[in-house]
Amino acid sequence: MTVRELAESGIAAAICEGDRMEREITVPFCCDLLSIAMGKAPEGCAWVTVMANMNTLAVASLADAACIVLAEGVHLDAAALQKAAQQGITVLGTEQPVFETALAIYERMKAG
Amino acid sequence: MAEAITLKYEVSPDDFTRAGEASSDVKNKLKQLGFQPAVVRKVSIALYEGEINMVIHARGGVITVEVSPDFIRMELADVGPGIPDIELAMKEGYSTAPDEIRSLGFGAGMGLSNMKKYTDKMDIQTELGVGTTITMVVNVT
Ligand SMILES: Nc1ncnc2c1ncn2[C@@H]1O[C@H](COP(=O)(O)OP(=O)(O)OP(=O)(O)O)[C@@H](O)[C@H]1O
Ligand SMILES: [Mg+2]
Repeated sequence: MTVRELAESGIAAAICEGDRMEREITVPFCCDLLSIAMGKAPEGCAWVTVMANMNTLAVASLADAACIVLAEGVHLDAAALQKAAQQGITVLGTEQPVFETALAIYERMKAG
Repeated sequence: MAEAITLKYEVSPDDFTRAGEASSDVKNKLKQLGFQPAVVRKVSIALYEGEINMVIHARGGVITVEVSPDFIRMELADVGPGIPDIELAMKEGYSTAPDEIRSLGFGAGMGLSNMKKYTDKMDIQTELGVGTTITMVVNVT
């Protein structure tokens, strides 16, 4: 499943469309602590988290995640949103909890 | 690239929502220079952890990155408080990050171990009350 397909799947909606919407998602990944995510997030993952700030963006970009999925309806502030747009980072959002979101992504990926 | 180049960054102490700018810039430059994605990713992760540590634990500092065809060498020098016990600081889970920093997602105590894990060589020189200099090398194979 590509990032764009995820954004159109109904699982989560785009808050910011980045540069690489056609990138293939490798796996969902869940974590809210930044340096654990930095060390463990697989390349190309859909990173599901409730931590929404500038540092989340930096970690996603440097660890090379395919996109950030903000769960539980958490929001980026205006400055962070602007930075995501500037850096071409895709951010999606959903009201669902972290586990349900990651599971839905996983199941959609398995279904092909 | 034929010759080595050196990149230098002042890391500001006050605004750590901006921290990560040096790492982002290095990442973009390495990409432009055509380094393999795996090399770029290792350097980005290790440098970001070091850069954030400088801001959170040491009131900023100076980052110097030497880029050559065979290796990337990063030096992070600060004049912060120093690290009293390096072995303890390197332990996964050990952190002295204050609560307001933890509430932003830092403080897992994984930064230094990520730096070690994603580089081929890492050295820490530190003196209490004087500062810390961390050197890391990623080989380009
Ligand atoms: N440049 C530095 N100067 C002084 N102390 C430092 C420095 N870098 C690290 N430390 C000390 O080492 C500890 C461990 O660092 P480490 O990066 O592993 O974890 P952390 O920064 O506390 O949390 P995180 O998981 O978010 O990185 C820090 O809490 C701090 O006490
Ligand atoms: Mg750290």
